[in-house]
Amino acid sequence: MMALCVVAAGIGLAWLALILGALVYKGTAGLSFAVFTEMTPPPGEAGGLLNAIAGSLLMTIIAVVVGTPIGVLAGTYMAEYGRFSRITTVVRFINDILLSAPSIIIGLFVYELMVRPMGHFSAIAGAVALAILVIPVVVRTTEDMLNLVPNALREAGAAIGAPRWVVIRSVAYRAALSGIVTGILLAIARISGETAPLLFTALNNQFWSSNINAPMASLPVTIFQFALSPYEEWQQLAWTGALIITLTVLGLSILARSLTGRREDR
Amino acid sequence: MTIASDAMPSSAAARARDATVRRFALTDAIFRGLTRASAILVLVILGGVAISLFAGSWQALSSFGFSFLTTESWNPVTEKFGALAPIYGTLVTAAIAILIAVPIGIGIAIFLTELCPRPLRRPIGIAVELLAGIPSIIYGIWGLFVFAPFLQTTIQPFIINIFHGVPGLSSLFAGPPYGIGLLTSALILAIMVLPFITSITKDVFDTVPAVLKESAYGIGCTTWEVTRRVVIPYTRIGIMGGVMLGLGRALGETMAVTFVIGNAHRISASLFAPGTTISATIANEFTEADGDLYTSSLVALGLILFVITFLILAAARYMLMRIDARTGA
Repeated sequence: MMALCVVAAGIGLAWLALILGALVYKGTAGLSFAVFTEMTPPPGEAGGLLNAIAGSLLMTIIAVVVGTPIGVLAGTYMAEYGRFSRITTVVRFINDILLSAPSIIIGLFVYELMVRPMGHFSAIAGAVALAILVIPVVVRTTEDMLNLVPNALREAGAAIGAPRWVVIRSVAYRAALSGIVTGILLAIARISGETAPLLFTALNNQFWSSNINAPMASLPVTIFQFALSPYEEWQQLAWTGALIITLTVLGLSILARSLTGRREDR
Repeated sequence: MTIASDAMPSSAAARARDATVRRFALTDAIFRGLTRASAILVLVILGGVAISLFAGSWQALSSFGFSFLTTESWNPVTEKFGALAPIYGTLVTAAIAILIAVPIGIGIAIFLTELCPRPLRRPIGIAVELLAGIPSIIYGIWGLFVFAPFLQTTIQPFIINIFHGVPGLSSLFAGPPYGIGLLTSALILAIMVLPFITSITKDVFDTVPAVLKESAYGIGCTTWEVTRRVVIPYTRIGIMGGVMLGLGRALGETMAVTFVIGNAHRISASLFAPGTTISATIANEFTEADGDLYTSSLVALGLILFVITFLILAAARYMLMRIDARTGA
């Protein structure tokens, strides 16, 4: 029986290695300087992914700027003011469900919330959809990390007369900083590959656009469109884009991991 | 006189202190209110999702009624929509994916906690967790360009030949080999949820107190007996929770499936036939849907998916919370 476990581990890991191997093999074939400097091409022509990368970056930044404060504050309430209150239990439960809810549902929600009333697709709707995905991740890690801060630190702050919010700001946040940053990095890693919530919020855009009130290209949606196309140049760009996303996500996860890793060693 | 001159500054100091305390109380109340509002916003978001999906699907639900759930036809031209085929595809692909991923995932977790040489444990464990974060579109593009052609040219013709003429199985694995289809989607989903199930199972295995395992080894149990009789029974709820979480993910997964499902609104007996899932239908058709009823029907599909995943995820979280409570005590 235990031999079967070794076989299972072998099969599972080999399978995953196979996917990454194919990704690196096919992705690097199209990796060149032009990918980062040229716009997405019309069918059958060479080009790059510049507008898609820029769109992804912009929407990710807006999503993080909007989502992070809300997530951190909510996590703060759950770990500090309302640690034993009933509302915290309920929020934790609901937050955990949001954490693994299908992202396409969030896309539909933002469509009903923003795209339909506004009458058109827009980058800002895409960013809001991503922000809704950021919040649960940040809430979860903030609460967990603040719960790890020893109460003696808070009591020491209170003993010298600091009000509670000063204690939270200058003591608890500082002690939990690397953990909270980890949460934000993990949230960025999560949204940088999300396609489904952008399909009918930000839509796509063949051209360069910095107007957040108009449809905007994003790397995942471009990959989706290009991969399903019959044109070889587009398919190659899709592979290269997939490689870029994977490297970004892996890099962010490793960075996040090394941040908390250092904290544990100390 | 000296008393008065002493009292003057001290009462000023007292007033200043009172003012400071009041200011602190106010800023603290503001900060507290802000954090509380953010926490409640999380609830509002989930409530908003439920309400907006319900409102968006109202037109479809009111015009089709209960038959929306039991109708197979999906015809944008005649505007007759039924959700049976996507629901069937969603459940079948997720079920097959879980059936494949759970034994392998638990196997890897046992390997990592009991068998793996110590120096390799951390690197492999970290690798598995990193893989759990890979975006699903990567699995999708691999499935479309590498896996589906491979299945089409080698595995599927082979299986079709083997089971040809075997009652039951011959219709389950009937040709022609398209490469894409329900089984391909299920296999991709299995690979996708595998790291997920593995890392949760490994985490709950780590909660087993060493004393329990050592006592079992002490009375002469083999590694397999310890795993089978001590570790798995102790962590049963946690494993179930992890499996449900994986199931929730498999049910709602969009991009990995959309590439390889084939997007055909019909229910076929064969697992090799193209089909569709709820999320794939929404992803493929939403932006092209013309007509309010069409859009509304797609939102109604989203509502069904939301209800299914909500129930499964709630059950999963409840189970994982129970094992957390036990280890915390």
